[in-house]
Amino acid sequence: MTATLAPAREPGSPVPASSRRLAERVFRIRELGIVAVLIVFVAVTAAIQPRFLNSSNIQFVLVDATIYGLLALGETLVVITRNVDLSVGSVLGISAFACAKLASAAHGVPLPVVFLAGLGIGLGFGVINGLMVALGRVPSLVVTLATLYIIRGIDVLVVGGGQVVPSSYYPSFLSMSKATVLGVPDLAIAVAVLVALGWYGLRTFRSGRELYAIGSNPDAARLAGIPMGRRVFTTFAISGAIAGLAGVLWASRYGTVDSTAGTSYELQVIAAVVVGGVAIFGGSGSVVGAAIGALLLQTINSALYVLGVSPNWDQAIAGFLLILAIVLDRIISVRLTASLRRRSARRGT
Amino acid sequence: MELEDLRTRLRAVSRKPDNLRRVLRWETGLVVVVIAVAILGSSLSSEFFTANNFFNLTLNNGEIAIMALPMTLIIISGEIDLSVESTLGMSSALLGVLYLHKLPMILIFVIVAVVGALAGAVNGLLVTRVGLPSLAVTIGTLALYRGIALILLGPKTVANFPATYTNVGVEAIPHTDLSWSMGIFIVLAVIFGIVLHATPYGRSVYAMGDNAEAALYAGIRVKRIKTSLFVISGLASALAGVLFTFRLNTAVQDNGTGLSLDVVAIVLLAGVSIFGGKGSIAGVFLAVLAFAGLQNALLLTNFNQEATGLVTGGLLLVSVFVPNAAMFVRYIRGVASRAARRTPEPALSLPRKDT
Amino acid sequence: MTDGVPGEGPADEAEIEVDVEVAAAVSDEGPPILALEHVSKSFGAVKAVIDGVIELRAGEAHALLGENGAGKSTMVKMLAGVHQPDGGRFLINGEPVVLDGPAAAIEAGIAIIYQEPTLFPDLSVAENIFMGRQPLRAGRRIDAKAMTTEADQMFARLGVRIDPGRIARGLSIADQQLVEIAKALSLQARVIVMDEPTAALSAVEVARLFDVIRALRADGAAVLFISHRLEEVFEICQRVTVMRDGRHVLTAPIGELSAPQLVRAMVGRDMPERAPGEKRAPGEVRLTVDRLTREGVFTDVSLQVRAGEIVALSGLVGAGRSEVARAIFGIDRYDAGAVTVGGRKLRKASPTAAMAAGIGFVPEDRRQQGLVMEMSIQQNVALASLNALRKAGIIRASAERSFASDWAVRLSVKYGQLTDPVSMLSGGNQQKVVLAKWLGRQPSILIVDEPTRGIDVGTKADVHNLLDQLAADGIAILMISSELPEVLRLADRILVMREGRLTAEFSQAEASEEDIMAAATGQLEAQAR
Repeated sequence: MTATLAPAREPGSPVPASSRRLAERVFRIRELGIVAVLIVFVAVTAAIQPRFLNSSNIQFVLVDATIYGLLALGETLVVITRNVDLSVGSVLGISAFACAKLASAAHGVPLPVVFLAGLGIGLGFGVINGLMVALGRVPSLVVTLATLYIIRGIDVLVVGGGQVVPSSYYPSFLSMSKATVLGVPDLAIAVAVLVALGWYGLRTFRSGRELYAIGSNPDAARLAGIPMGRRVFTTFAISGAIAGLAGVLWASRYGTVDSTAGTSYELQVIAAVVVGGVAIFGGSGSVVGAAIGALLLQTINSALYVLGVSPNWDQAIAGFLLILAIVLDRIISVRLTASLRRRSARRGT
Repeated sequence: MELEDLRTRLRAVSRKPDNLRRVLRWETGLVVVVIAVAILGSSLSSEFFTANNFFNLTLNNGEIAIMALPMTLIIISGEIDLSVESTLGMSSALLGVLYLHKLPMILIFVIVAVVGALAGAVNGLLVTRVGLPSLAVTIGTLALYRGIALILLGPKTVANFPATYTNVGVEAIPHTDLSWSMGIFIVLAVIFGIVLHATPYGRSVYAMGDNAEAALYAGIRVKRIKTSLFVISGLASALAGVLFTFRLNTAVQDNGTGLSLDVVAIVLLAGVSIFGGKGSIAGVFLAVLAFAGLQNALLLTNFNQEATGLVTGGLLLVSVFVPNAAMFVRYIRGVASRAARRTPEPALSLPRKDT
Repeated sequence: MTDGVPGEGPADEAEIEVDVEVAAAVSDEGPPILALEHVSKSFGAVKAVIDGVIELRAGEAHALLGENGAGKSTMVKMLAGVHQPDGGRFLINGEPVVLDGPAAAIEAGIAIIYQEPTLFPDLSVAENIFMGRQPLRAGRRIDAKAMTTEADQMFARLGVRIDPGRIARGLSIADQQLVEIAKALSLQARVIVMDEPTAALSAVEVARLFDVIRALRADGAAVLFISHRLEEVFEICQRVTVMRDGRHVLTAPIGELSAPQLVRAMVGRDMPERAPGEKRAPGEVRLTVDRLTREGVFTDVSLQVRAGEIVALSGLVGAGRSEVARAIFGIDRYDAGAVTVGGRKLRKASPTAAMAAGIGFVPEDRRQQGLVMEMSIQQNVALASLNALRKAGIIRASAERSFASDWAVRLSVKYGQLTDPVSMLSGGNQQKVVLAKWLGRQPSILIVDEPTRGIDVGTKADVHNLLDQLAADGIAILMISSELPEVLRLADRILVMREGRLTAEFSQAEASEEDIMAAATGQLEAQAR
């Protein structure tokens, strides 16, 4: 069947490895970059204030980072497809309250069921988001902005001025977030495993690669026959479910749950995702990067606290770092594209 | 090339009414909404149509309304500014701190305005010169400016501003029932309306929102105009911050938290497309009325204040689904008819390795 | 070769040989592998296709010709599964089918290569080829190594070198097309539709593409070749189908028809052969470009354009011509050299300054760069002249309207209402709107980049006559064009660029297609005059 052509323009010899995957290498550098920043931060802070590396301090940071990291995992899936889920904070809040109620000593609902309930609540809202975005062809920014409001509104109506206090839980609920293995919180390990699974899934399964395709060029994705509606729907469903799960963890971590739980989390999560190297327009980035981004932001908060920097400076620094991260990303990406074009022009790639 | 041609041509044909008519359709819908809100309000409470209530209505929403004007232009131009609430907060904190240091109020106003403009300029430059997406940048400045407010004021609260200023929170414009902030909004709305709809500057904003590259090739100074839009947004947010502070007679670092999304919601409600290139100031005016009216009606019925977000969210959803409804119905019909017509696999396909 | 159509020397012989080998593959037995029989398709009130007929046989390259609006793209969309015909039959191997989406068309073995390649810029070339169909190993996991190997093999078959591991961002258009073709190969497509594949390619890349088409034919696949370039159709296709106004006009072996006959079939009337315009006497020098340089893009470009003169800038795609034009106009910056207009140095990187100096720029891509699609015809025509149309800061609506309608009439733009969105116009009329926008500024210098790309034959002639007229009126015109017949017809002087430098200059009298092509590809060292 194969008819060879008149002599090939150039011999089909393999292209030297050194010119391969320039882009991949650069992008991996991006993730290594944040890890490097993280390490530097920890090292410098620990040098100035050894208290920073206290086991209890590390645990606190890790648990906080866990919650954000979990949210970042779900958000990354959505952002990769060139969408955004702004409702995660509200979903977390309502799930936290509902599950806190369930976990009260009065009801005595077993822990696994509480988790399932959280997942279920989040999944329900995620499905609604997903249906509206996928079927309704409405921009996700607008849809999830609306559900952010609506879910928070429902939360406020249900909770009113009430709150759940730590004393009302059965003990194992609260201790769950404090449990550790060799000094590392169970939760952190669990989330790390989830992130690893997410990373693997996005990398090695067709549906994962299709998410990147959808974000990279939606028109091409459609023409390639990728089931866009289904994929995007699934990312919102997962993001919602994860937010619901995070709500359970949140209740366990903070104990007191009122109607303000999770407020403004969505923007923090997006910040973590962007710092972690996920392009806001989709098509590239990894969940590992996003999780490290979440960890980095929490670490910085903790470091500033430990160093005695007035907590007043936290937010400003976080904002500044976010801007710095995207500026650097931009500079790298511009240089990369220019060099790729030059290569392409100079020889047959 | 031809494929694209036909595709957009057909889309254009199916949206036969030209721009003006389409815009009027949305505005008419909003008028209906405003009337519905008015009816709802008066049925929920006999107090709704009182002068006092009208004043309260305009009082509580003046700042958001003012910020919605430059936000409209920014969204039409294809960008977004989520940092407005923090610029408001930063201005409020600055006002408080400078007042504590006993600076003359006029000087304070000038400084606050300059800082607001600078805040906007930072956004604008990051977007136009560095080429960053405005969503990401303004999420960053949202945090940064709030952080600066926190640094400036810490946990302190500054109150006891001179009565001449705090009167904006108490008195209406003489001979009317309008609050000062709403009065300012109306004047600004007229100015913005003229600029957006009838000047080359406004036309350029529409053009760059639809196709920034074509605008550039037509000699429009896209970078300059976009930067100016963000600067204006910063100034408007600073003004809103001053009004907000005087109205509540309180300067505290978290003034304005959560307002950015309110402003965006109003602008989207007004029929401004999140994709850029479409929208009108008349729509913004009506949306402010609808939004304020609804908030107010709920307030009167002792509906939980925090939960009014429910209503904002609902309105937002309606505002995006209604125009898509027709398309959606056609889509569903298409899916149904295709499902009905399912035929067996065509004979042409060759065996594949991996099925 | 049929008379009246230029051929390329050395390629001819090779092609004849291959044709002999391949002729056997074109089967005359059995049903065609794909057929659209008297299909129709309407969108609301718009009847895009009324009677569409295409019949493809294994191993042939089949041309589909027709003006813009003839219904070609709708036919392609039906082949792509994006639309389903309202009436008529769609047969594959003689069996009726319904393709309810792009996935079904892919499944059926139909691959479409659009003019603008639709790749995923953030993903690797290999992923682009195999998206949705990546080879799998145990547990439904993607086998990356197999993907790379298969991609390498495919590129070897095509005779090109592209690294499957590199990301798609930054690939040249020609390379992007090759990736698309590899995609088609990988899905073992039996029908490959190429929509204007050569519009953005240089002659060398076109030749490479034609080799690929021959290989595809030899494999037994059918290639549907859509193009406005008749000389290419004659070179590579065996049969041709012509559509006009949504209807099938004729289908015939390519040898039986001449170019004028085809044109007549497409247009429905005789297009008189236009003799080149009369000799123009150029006036004073309007535009001087002096040793313009932009690192890595173009070097030491110097040229002059006089009033009433049309200077053509020819060369292969990627030679840097559009980049020079953009640098002159101020869209892009340059690193060294100067641009002088009317004796005064022009500020660089400022379109505003260029416009103030009297330069107009009709860009290469009218959809992306020339027009604001959402805006009306009126608004688009007025877009570059808003300052002139205002009073006390406000745009005068009546002034805008008469301005736009004036120019629309002058350029014979076919439209419904001035307030219609410009996206409703055909490609040719859209191009006229772009021209109107610039002519409305009464420029003294007009730079046009590919003025008739993707435009139907009738409007093309209109645009050519317009450029002639403008030159006669004294405007200095710098024209970038890859269509050599167009260049030879219009230009007083022809400059050739190659890899960023000017390599040759010809006057109209002495130029020939071969010479220009030779200068563009570096085969002939012509002395720059």
